[in-house]
Amino acid sequence: MAERKWHLPVIVGLALVLATGPLVLSSYWIGLLTQIVVLAILAMSLDILLGYTGLPSLGHAGFFGVAAYGVAVLSTTYRADFWTSVLTALLVGIALSAALGLIVSHVRDVYFLMITLALGMVLWGVSYRWIPVTGGDNGISGIPSLEAHAGLPLAGPAVFYYVTLAVFLACAALMRVLVRSPFGLTLRGIRENEARMKSLGFNTWLHCYLSYVIAGAFASVSGVLWAYYNGFVSPTYLDLTASSELFLMVTLGGPATLVGPLVGAGAIVLLKNVMSAYTARWLLILGIVYIVAILAAPQGIWNLGRPKAG
Amino acid sequence: MTYLITQSLNGLFSAALLFLIASGLTLAFGVMKIVNIAHGSFYMLGVYVAYTVIQRTGSLLLGAVVALVVVAAVGFLVQRVFLRRFGADPLPQMMMTMGFALLFRDLTLMIWGGDPFTLPYPGLLRGSMEVGEVVFPSYRLFVIAVAALVGAALWVVNDRTLIGARLRAAVDDPEMASAMGINVARLSGLVFAVGAGLAAFGGVMGGPILGGYAGIDFDLLPLAFVVVIVGGMGSLKGAVVGSIVVGMVDNFGKALVPELSYFTLFAPMILVLALKPTGLYGRA
Repeated sequence: MAERKWHLPVIVGLALVLATGPLVLSSYWIGLLTQIVVLAILAMSLDILLGYTGLPSLGHAGFFGVAAYGVAVLSTTYRADFWTSVLTALLVGIALSAALGLIVSHVRDVYFLMITLALGMVLWGVSYRWIPVTGGDNGISGIPSLEAHAGLPLAGPAVFYYVTLAVFLACAALMRVLVRSPFGLTLRGIRENEARMKSLGFNTWLHCYLSYVIAGAFASVSGVLWAYYNGFVSPTYLDLTASSELFLMVTLGGPATLVGPLVGAGAIVLLKNVMSAYTARWLLILGIVYIVAILAAPQGIWNLGRPKAG
Repeated sequence: MTYLITQSLNGLFSAALLFLIASGLTLAFGVMKIVNIAHGSFYMLGVYVAYTVIQRTGSLLLGAVVALVVVAAVGFLVQRVFLRRFGADPLPQMMMTMGFALLFRDLTLMIWGGDPFTLPYPGLLRGSMEVGEVVFPSYRLFVIAVAALVGAALWVVNDRTLIGARLRAAVDDPEMASAMGINVARLSGLVFAVGAGLAAFGGVMGGPILGGYAGIDFDLLPLAFVVVIVGGMGSLKGAVVGSIVVGMVDNFGKALVPELSYFTLFAPMILVLALKPTGLYGRA
């Protein structure tokens, strides 16, 4: 994982902040840390597709949003208990990615980009217009706190943060095993040269499909946590801006690494919050960040100093 | 029957607007393999620029012309200064256009504020036409006719002129085309600028009905993308057919099942993708 000299100290530093930060920080900063960790799961899941498989999905926030809506609808309208809400929301997210995966797994490159973009926007449209279920533009509020819903003995931002961190570590470990497994290596092979992988006898369609579903599953996990974190869901969770911000986290942080998306998520969350505290023009600044990031670090922060892969 | 004809005409009106937006998107895609997220922003800029010109001068025609020229120039600059350096690398290009989409959204808010508005109707086209029992607003018929004219003009340029032949060569095989002495880079800038101008023109045409508001850029973008996907990326003929299909489906969807109106767009797209992944007229 630590391929450059500066990687190891940065990883140690990040681990220290993530582990001990909430002990010393105010609840505002604990909130930001929680956001970073939840979105890092999401960004890592996109990286499985984008960085490792070479499938640029621009509708990835869709699964995140659908799982968040799952929790919201079940826990408020149907008053379902914790495990029913969480597991059903995850199942819905996974089922959706399994269904959409059938449509997108045979397309590649820029076609994949455009089709996932369109699918993502359709999901957004459903959340926006299917008012009886989703509440339309108003969204759904009143999601119980995770601590209360799950019946934990403790409550508060720090408790929620450590629950999130535990889920993050579990997901990160699983994804690390995944990308280093023969399966993960095959994905990288497909990214580099699909025709060659095919002629070696690999079922590349199935690999891309599974990669898409796995990424959708981890995105759903992230969506569930996000719904509990905010206590509120709205169509903005799955709009194009959300999907492309996610895309920016991965490309800015460093695709085809697992630390990169965490770095990218951290950078974007901090930037957005700090900027919106000082100026109402943060959309403008975010736009400039996109442009500068692509011009200055097209390989991503975590890949700085590495020669461009062929 | 009357209902059916009225709704079909409404669908054709949506199709006309969609064609004006999607034709530039699909041509730029054909030449540059670019997924242009800022394309809806060009439409939005068109409405806002026309609004200012019309307020100052009172001339709709001048508003339309200025919007087209200004936005085409903006598109040209974006392509030449920022997008060109990435060649045909789709990911950084896409991210770049996303950055510009956010930039344009916020700049519009800064310059024009957030109040929604509509453009005035041209005086001659304010009424409606009656044929038998069907009553239809003249302006919508006018927009359908204009889009048909634009479509015909694009077809003539594409099929019957030297620049069209160069364009088709560049879409087919950019490397081979530049080896034959075609300046693909300049052609790309031109196509991108024309596409941006057409989107802005679409904005002016839709202005009296859809108006301008913050967020219209991303409201129309998905429809334009579905048109391009259904019709086939890079194909002008595909943009025509795709616009009609999407315009009709969207319109009847909204009329019949308003709550799932967005979802009804999904059906033709899945159907086409399942049967022909490259779209109706696209090539792999």
